[in-house]
Amino acid sequence: MLGFLKQPVVVTAEINLNLVALTVIGLVSRMWALSYPTAVVFDEVYYGQFVSLYMKRIFFVDDSGPPFGHMLLAFGGYLGGFDGNFLWNRIGAEYSMNVPVWSLRLLPALTGALCVPLAYQILVELHFSHCAALGAALLILFENSLITQSRLMLLESVLIFFILLAVLSYLKFYNLQKCSPFTAGWWFWLLLTGVACSCAVGVKYMGLFTYLLLLAIAGVHAWHLIGDQTLSNVSVLGHLLARGIALVVIPVAMYLSFFYIHLTLLYRSGPHDQIMTSAFQASLEGGLARITQGQPLEVAYGSQITLRNVLGKPMPCWLHSHKNTYPIRYENGRGSSHQQQVTCYPFKDVNNWWIVKDPGMQQLVVSNPPRPIRHGHIVQLVHGITTRYLNTHDVAAPLSPHSQEISCYVDYNISMPAQNLWRVEIVNRESDTDVWKTILSEVRFVHVNTSAVLKLSGASLPEWGYRQLEVIGEKLSKGYHQSMLWNVEEHRYGKSQEQKEREVELHSPTQADISKNLSFMARFTELQWKILTLKNEETEHKYSSSPLDWITMDTNIAYWLHPTSGAQIHLIGNVLTWASANVATLVYVCLFLWYLLRRRRKICDIPEDAWWIWVAAGGLCVGGWAVNYIPFFMMEKTLFLYHYLPALTFQILLIPIVLQHLSDHVFRSQLPKNTFSALMVAWFSSIYLVYRTFSPLTYGKPALSAAELRDLRWKDTWDILIRKQ
Amino acid sequence: MRRNRAPLPAMPYGADSLSLGAVRGGARRVGARMTLAARCCQAETGPRCGGLRQRRSRRPAGGPNRPCPAPRSWAPLEAPVGVWAPLAIVTLLSFASRFSRLSEPPHVCWDETHFGKMGSYYINRTFFFDVHPPLGKMLIGLAGYLSGYNGTFPFQKPGDRYEHHNYIGMRGFCAFLGSCLVPFAYLTVLELSKSLSAALLAASILIFDTGCITLSQYILLDPILMFFLMGAVLSMVKYNSCADRPFSARWWFWLNLTGVNLAGAIGVKFVGLFVVLLVGLNTVYDLWKLLGDLSLSLVTLGKHLLARVFCLILLPLVLYTTQFAVHFAVLNKSGPGDGFFSSAFQSRLIGNNLHNVSVPEHLAYGSVITMKNLRMAGGYLHSHWHLYPEGVGARQQQVTAYLHKDSNNLWIIKKHDSNTADHLDPASSVEFVRHGDVIRLEHKETSRNLHSHQHEAPMTRKHFQVTGYGINGTGDSNDFWRIEVVGRKAGKRIKVLRSQIRLIHLATGCILGSSGKTLPKWGWEQVEVTCTPYVKDTPNALWNIEDHINPKLPNISLDVLKPSFPEILLESHMVMIRGNSGLKPKENEVTSKPWHWPINYQGLRFSGINETDYRVYLLGNPVIWWLNLVTIGLYLLMAICTTVAIKRGVQLTAELKELSKVLLHCGGQIMLGWLLHYLPFFMMGRVLYFHHYFPAMLFSSMLTGITWDTLLKFCVEHLSCSVRRRVYLYGMLTLMLLIVFSFYLFHPLSYGMVGPMASDPKSPMAGLRWLESWEF
Repeated sequence: MLGFLKQPVVVTAEINLNLVALTVIGLVSRMWALSYPTAVVFDEVYYGQFVSLYMKRIFFVDDSGPPFGHMLLAFGGYLGGFDGNFLWNRIGAEYSMNVPVWSLRLLPALTGALCVPLAYQILVELHFSHCAALGAALLILFENSLITQSRLMLLESVLIFFILLAVLSYLKFYNLQKCSPFTAGWWFWLLLTGVACSCAVGVKYMGLFTYLLLLAIAGVHAWHLIGDQTLSNVSVLGHLLARGIALVVIPVAMYLSFFYIHLTLLYRSGPHDQIMTSAFQASLEGGLARITQGQPLEVAYGSQITLRNVLGKPMPCWLHSHKNTYPIRYENGRGSSHQQQVTCYPFKDVNNWWIVKDPGMQQLVVSNPPRPIRHGHIVQLVHGITTRYLNTHDVAAPLSPHSQEISCYVDYNISMPAQNLWRVEIVNRESDTDVWKTILSEVRFVHVNTSAVLKLSGASLPEWGYRQLEVIGEKLSKGYHQSMLWNVEEHRYGKSQEQKEREVELHSPTQADISKNLSFMARFTELQWKILTLKNEETEHKYSSSPLDWITMDTNIAYWLHPTSGAQIHLIGNVLTWASANVATLVYVCLFLWYLLRRRRKICDIPEDAWWIWVAAGGLCVGGWAVNYIPFFMMEKTLFLYHYLPALTFQILLIPIVLQHLSDHVFRSQLPKNTFSALMVAWFSSIYLVYRTFSPLTYGKPALSAAELRDLRWKDTWDILIRKQ
Repeated sequence: MRRNRAPLPAMPYGADSLSLGAVRGGARRVGARMTLAARCCQAETGPRCGGLRQRRSRRPAGGPNRPCPAPRSWAPLEAPVGVWAPLAIVTLLSFASRFSRLSEPPHVCWDETHFGKMGSYYINRTFFFDVHPPLGKMLIGLAGYLSGYNGTFPFQKPGDRYEHHNYIGMRGFCAFLGSCLVPFAYLTVLELSKSLSAALLAASILIFDTGCITLSQYILLDPILMFFLMGAVLSMVKYNSCADRPFSARWWFWLNLTGVNLAGAIGVKFVGLFVVLLVGLNTVYDLWKLLGDLSLSLVTLGKHLLARVFCLILLPLVLYTTQFAVHFAVLNKSGPGDGFFSSAFQSRLIGNNLHNVSVPEHLAYGSVITMKNLRMAGGYLHSHWHLYPEGVGARQQQVTAYLHKDSNNLWIIKKHDSNTADHLDPASSVEFVRHGDVIRLEHKETSRNLHSHQHEAPMTRKHFQVTGYGINGTGDSNDFWRIEVVGRKAGKRIKVLRSQIRLIHLATGCILGSSGKTLPKWGWEQVEVTCTPYVKDTPNALWNIEDHINPKLPNISLDVLKPSFPEILLESHMVMIRGNSGLKPKENEVTSKPWHWPINYQGLRFSGINETDYRVYLLGNPVIWWLNLVTIGLYLLMAICTTVAIKRGVQLTAELKELSKVLLHCGGQIMLGWLLHYLPFFMMGRVLYFHHYFPAMLFSSMLTGITWDTLLKFCVEHLSCSVRRRVYLYGMLTLMLLIVFSFYLFHPLSYGMVGPMASDPKSPMAGLRWLESWEF
């Protein structure tokens, strides 16, 4: 106690000026003239919409990834005081005064700039020299594609930042593991790894690849730990538990929390409501919730209902019928029953209303007390406006000749009796006596006579059916499929026995008073599932490319063109860096295989510790490149050059690793060493020159003349926009 | 059956643990050969080669804390009878189960309609196209031919009666190969685990599985595929166990046999590639071990490497190519598959209009032509009355590439500036089209001109849209195309079939090409045709003239360039790959998902739907399948515990070490096989069916045999000497009885059900519909 009186309090600060300088240059390179151009550039048009929706608290679904990235961008907008009022309708549109362009682009630029010092640190932690680390940082610094991507309101630079952060913190953690496990620093870096991983996954699903790579590396290290017999069983268990919590439990929890915040923030109904189930929509403010609020929960005999197909593909729709009948003969000469059409209609309409009737009774109103319908009950479905019964029979459906036609029965007095009894089967029931509930129950209608199941076929009818969707009776029901399930969306107890009054009733809006609160987990599961399964129709974009084009950069993306001058922004990389990175990968793989085979024969070309450093560096960089690149060959979605950037970052980190290895272990005598250094200087200068040459396309200014632009077209496959005079 | 157990006082359980008389005989002899001193104390690492040799070492019997003379070996299988007698029984049972009621039902079942038909094609020598390589269908055809089937049955649709046609030969052939799976599995497991009971368990699982029986009884590719697959696994395991005597005759034999089986497996279906991968990984591991053995010289290593390259790469490749050579030699008549192939290919086929073709040699104005794209499996330039839908470029008539021959493929070649009539006038002189001419192509049926403009193409957004435009041949300047021949000078005439033509759009400078992408439903799933602004000489943008009709020109017999064999081979593979990727599930269609399979979620109807029909339903024996499923989890658990224990340096007894080696090494190999044959299906975009799981199921069954055998041995390890044998025996017996009993319950699935459905209490299958998704 009072020790500080005897010894002075000393703070020794060690500041690596290299690192500081790199950070500053990085910030300058990424943030110079950040709010130029004040127009929507490329995918900003896409992310901007979501930022606006966040500002207005309107619910949306984006199939491109989890919500954390959008939230970060929206946070920028929030800080800048953005009110969300901007119409993100086309690339190149000028921003209005209320859009805080600078603060919207600030976060990607900051994260992009911080990648430079991160690269430096990673190489140091991999036990490479400060010279190599400086090289890696400079390569990242002068990479045109990374700069372009950081300077705009896009997510790749944020993703790359989190990926590098995760890698760095794992390396720090691992290096601490040897000397001081379970200290504060050890815990800090371990936890930071997990947090950074979950952030990376939260920004884009691509982050998952790096997360899995780190998990694999951690797994290998943990396996060595298990084999370490100097540790007691308890401490091994402690180590494993700590890793399990930090690298699995925390990321999962954080991922869930992103969704929690997302769903808490967005509580208003919006443009994508229709994709979600009725139950989900009912949990949003406005929209369906307003209509369904206070509906009776239990469907009873005499209920007036609308039936929505659960699948929602190709579009959400409701069981529908109208006065028109099936044509007597179809185009291909097949005949129909000529009865009233039954379709699935994607818009709200009074013709979507059906009345559930007890086959044994005549009345179409709900008795008092209401008699709820349970699983297995047999009902008739009466179309509200035309009072015809839902019917199916052994007539081929219009577009799916293997299935039965569904119609509303018209008695033509021919030998075709009405077959209008349907058994209600609640699929998501808990017991066999469950009551059919509004919105919550998913129901299958099984025809009593033919055991056909009411199903949405997904095909759209020709002109005579007004392009509405075909509904069929599936005879060979092959188990469970969502297209056979229906749920009650709007519901009220019918009161009017007279047809005229009933029509008035059907036209009036529903009302009542129970609200359905879905739990967070239910909403999360549904949203997550929708994000993963939602498919975009768009198959190809003008600037989309295939993964093979990426390694050689045979493609570029034109991001923005000045409305009058030739100033333009392109996603185009530093050609020399890309080529060197490819060469470095090749050299690494060849050398690695060579060493590996020779070591197996007990011939050691390099010292043992150098070998393990070499393996660790390669495992991380080549591994990082491979996991971020190869999966794209198996993806069927539209791909762009910017998907390659995370892989490229890892590949760039490999260049100084290979160079230092070559200079340390391969060129051992003095003469080649000198030549090597000279080459290095020349090579770095050329990289800088290439960066300077392409910087007009990176920063969008100064504007170049047509001739200058033509000179920049180094590859025939590049699309550089040249105005016609 | 001998019951004499006199010379066997305290035999280790394992080999003799099952009350099969023949096994007793073998075991008795083993016991007889082992002297009493050596009894129970053999450190038996198992015979290394073919189960017939063994190395022996003696150890002092029992440690201080081992009260009873512990058996150090589980299964000293030495005498031939001990291996062969159970094998004979297993084989007999297997054949009996597969051949019983083989001729029922006497009508076409399920995919017999395809493969039987293709067998007939071989007998009739008509050319056809299929997404699978030819070996399986060739063998079916051969079996049919040898058994006296004459190839006249049309195999139109499932349910057609065979009447007098001889179909038993083909079914019998498939059943024969299907029956061989059981002895193969038996031998594989025996070789890996050295445990007779494990082998018997695996074999009985396969014998009594209703799914395997059903799948083996019909004219299908699966029994043939699985035969080669299991053959490859067996021979791989056998040659691995000869590793201590490399380059011996036996070693060469098994190595070559592995190669032959691999060729067979990929020759039947491309799924065979997974077993190639399994053998490949095994070989890499093998070579890696050899490389680490410093006692081997580099020359020996080179020999090892070369031997494997030769037997496992070159030999299968040669055999695979041979299959195609035979395929093309046999099928020399024109048939339904012609249109998928290039003009040059078609000229080989007797009866095709390009065979010994006789057409006007040079292209002239007014000729009616068809144009075929030169890319592999490219189609004919095609148009039809339908328009591009709204939102897809301009709303004009569709132009596509179509793989089949059709009158909508016909185009009339015209001068760009003159009218239609003058070429039809018989009096006018013939004018030839020359390299560099500007022409117009008019679609014969719809009289619209081939047209392009600066709208995005429907799929390839970077290209321009190609449409049919104009009325009765009158269009605009966007209908003009310059025709060029690759590698010729301006002004030369254009040869039919032989010239490679390029059509350049005059206004935009783009080139007419086929992107190879399939259009959605509105385009009838035909292939997209675009105009590409990137000027490259790829086959996508090259065409040749195939049909050429011009009454004013004399027909000249042309010997079209006959394609070389490698070209044909490459082309047919391209066509197959495209065909495979074209098998996409349709929207809202209920399809089988890979996760359904191991849980036996849903089967396939082979025959019959209604109560009165003779129904056969492909469904695994649920008891067996769920046992397999549980076993996979159990195996993983055991493997993890064992590896962690070893890694933590836990001291194991010699027996446990032996057991964990079997578990990790041999079980691991089988597990890898299961993974390789199952996981890839999750990534496949094509339509999947339940029967795709059966190769993986074979591995899963073998794993079950090994795992339960090891588990029981682990468990009884801590029991006293007298009890352990009995416990082990009862454990195995319970499993066997369970399997046999479940087979008794479910056998009607394979051997046919008539009468009410299972939901009816009167049905013989009542109460057995344990999952609602089963449809019997």
